[in-house]
Amino acid sequence: MNDQFIIETKDLRKNFISKSKGKKKIVEAVKGINLAVKKGEIYGFLGPNGAGKSTTQKMLSTILSPTSGEVRINGYDLAKQPQQIRQSIGYVSQAGGTDSMSTGMENLILQSLLYGLDKETAQKRALQFTDRFQMSSFADRLAVSYSGGQRRRLDLALGMIHHPSILLLDEPTVGLDPQSRAYLWDEIRNLKEEGITILLTTHYLDEADKLCDTVAIIDYGEIAAEGTPAKLKDDIGADSVLLGFGDINTSKKSGEILSKEIEAQGVKVEDKNVHLYIRNGERELPNILRLLDSNNLIVESISLSKPSLDDVFLKHTGRSLREDDK
Amino acid sequence: MMKILSGLENKISDAVVMSGRCMRHSFRSIDTLITVAIMPIMMMVMFVYIFGGAINTGAVKYVDYIVPGIILMCIMSGAAYEALRINNDLTKGIFDRFRTMPIAKSSILGGHILTSVVFNAVSSLIIMLFALLIGFRSDADILKWLLIIGILLLFTLAMTWISAFFGLLAHSAEGAGVFSYILLFMLFISSAFTPTQSMNSAVRAFADNQPMTPIIEAVRSLMLNEPVGHNVLTAILWCVGIIIVAFAASMQIYKHKTA
Repeated sequence: MNDQFIIETKDLRKNFISKSKGKKKIVEAVKGINLAVKKGEIYGFLGPNGAGKSTTQKMLSTILSPTSGEVRINGYDLAKQPQQIRQSIGYVSQAGGTDSMSTGMENLILQSLLYGLDKETAQKRALQFTDRFQMSSFADRLAVSYSGGQRRRLDLALGMIHHPSILLLDEPTVGLDPQSRAYLWDEIRNLKEEGITILLTTHYLDEADKLCDTVAIIDYGEIAAEGTPAKLKDDIGADSVLLGFGDINTSKKSGEILSKEIEAQGVKVEDKNVHLYIRNGERELPNILRLLDSNNLIVESISLSKPSLDDVFLKHTGRSLREDDK
Repeated sequence: MMKILSGLENKISDAVVMSGRCMRHSFRSIDTLITVAIMPIMMMVMFVYIFGGAINTGAVKYVDYIVPGIILMCIMSGAAYEALRINNDLTKGIFDRFRTMPIAKSSILGGHILTSVVFNAVSSLIIMLFALLIGFRSDADILKWLLIIGILLLFTLAMTWISAFFGLLAHSAEGAGVFSYILLFMLFISSAFTPTQSMNSAVRAFADNQPMTPIIEAVRSLMLNEPVGHNVLTAILWCVGIIIVAFAASMQIYKHKTA
C-alpha cells in the first residue's frame, strides 16, 4: 500500500445477520469498498440513508469488525493494531455520544483523562478547547441543556481533544440550523488547514459539493463513483434539462421520443419528469420543445441547469438523492 | 512482566476514571437518591410504626426483623438505576464513542459495576444509620458483621449484573427498568417483612425456596447473633450462581449489541 494515503481499504465488507420470523438472513451492508484517502483532505461519503456509509465508518473507527477485507489507517493494520488506530483517530457519531448529565467541561476532562493525560494537563486542555470551539459561555452547564449547535461543538471538541491526525464525522450537520451548520463547516475547514484528514458521511448534496475535496458516491454498499466534485460533475459532460409533465404516461412517451430523436447523453424518466443530459442545453432547448409540441405532448415545467452532484448521483445509481430528503 | 504490570495499571486507571463519571451521575441526580435511600426509609417507617404491630415476629423486635429486607430493597432499587444508565450509554452512542478510544474495554461496563457497588454501599449505610435511630440494635460481633457485609456485597453484585443484562437488552430506558418490579415482588413474597409461616402453603413453598429468603434469613440471623444454620451457605451459593449466569448473559448480549 501507498504512503500518500492515510486511509486505505481493500475489498472491505460487512455482513449482518438479520432474523425475521425465525429465519436468518444475511444482509450485505458493505460490499467490497476500496478506499484511498489522501493525507489532509476532506473526503466525503455521499449516499442515502442505509447505503452503508455509517457502517463503513464504524469499521474504520474500530467499533465494528469487518467481515472481510483489509484496512490500513495512518500506517497501522486494523486487524493487528487497533489500539494505535484508536490513538490516531477521533470519531464523532451521528448520535454524538456526549454525556448529557455532565457539563461540557466535565465531558472534555473525562475524554482527556481517558486518553491518558494527567489531571492538570486534562484541565488545561479542556479549557483550551472550550476557548477554541467557542464554548466558554456554556461549558459549565449540563450538556442536556445545550442547543443542537452547541452540542455539536462539544462533540467535535471531544473528537479532537487528543490531537488525532484523522477525524471521522458521521453526518456532522444533520438537524442543525443554518447558522450552526455554517459554523461547523468553517470549523471543519480550519481543521483541514491544520493538516487533519477528515472523512465524513453526508446525505446533503451541498455539503459534499462545497466542503469535500473528494466525494465517493455510495449506494447499496458500493462506491458507484469517486472524484472531486468538479470532476464528477464534468464527467457528466452535459447540462441537465428537467422537463415536467402532467402525468406518467406523457412523461414516458416523451422519454421514448426524446431518446430516439435527440442526441442526448442520457434520458431518464422519473415519475412525471424526464431528465435529459445534453451538451449545449441552451441551444438544444427550442428543438426539444418543438419536437414535443409536434407530438402533442404538453410540457408543464422546464428547467435547465449545470450538472449538480444530484445529477451525478442519478447518473450512477439511477435514482435521485433528493427523493430521500423529502 | 513490566508490560503486564503497566497493562494492568492502565486497566485500573481507566476503570477509575469511568467510575468517576458514573458516580458523579449517581450522586448528582436527586431522584436517584430519593428512590434509593428515602423510599426504603419510608417503607421502614411505615412497616415499623403502622403494619409492624400486627405482624408476629416472636421474640424479635419488628425493627430488628425488617432491617435486612429494607437493605435488600435499597440495593435492588440502586442496582435498577444502573440498568437505566447502561441503557442510556448504549442507546445514546456513548459506548460507541468509548469503543473508538484506546482504553481498556473492560472499563466501559466495569465503571458502571464499580459505581453500583459503591453507591449501594453508601445508601445501605444511610439506611443502617436511620435504622439505629428508630431503635435497631445488633448483638453481632465484628466477624459476623464482616460476613454480613460480604453477603450484601455479593447480593449487590448479583443485582448489578442482572441490571446490566436488562440495561443492555432493552431498546429504551422505559424497558430497562421493568425487571426491578419483578425483583421487588419477589422481596414481598419472602421473609423480608413477615415470617413465611404466616403465608398459605403454596405461597410459602415459593417463599421458602426462592433466593431472597435465605439471603434475608442469613443476614438477620447474623445481625441478631442467632444460629444461622445452612442459610449463610445457601445465600452465598444463590448470589454466586446469579452472578455467574447474569455475567455470562450480559457479556453475550454486549458482544451481540456491539458486534
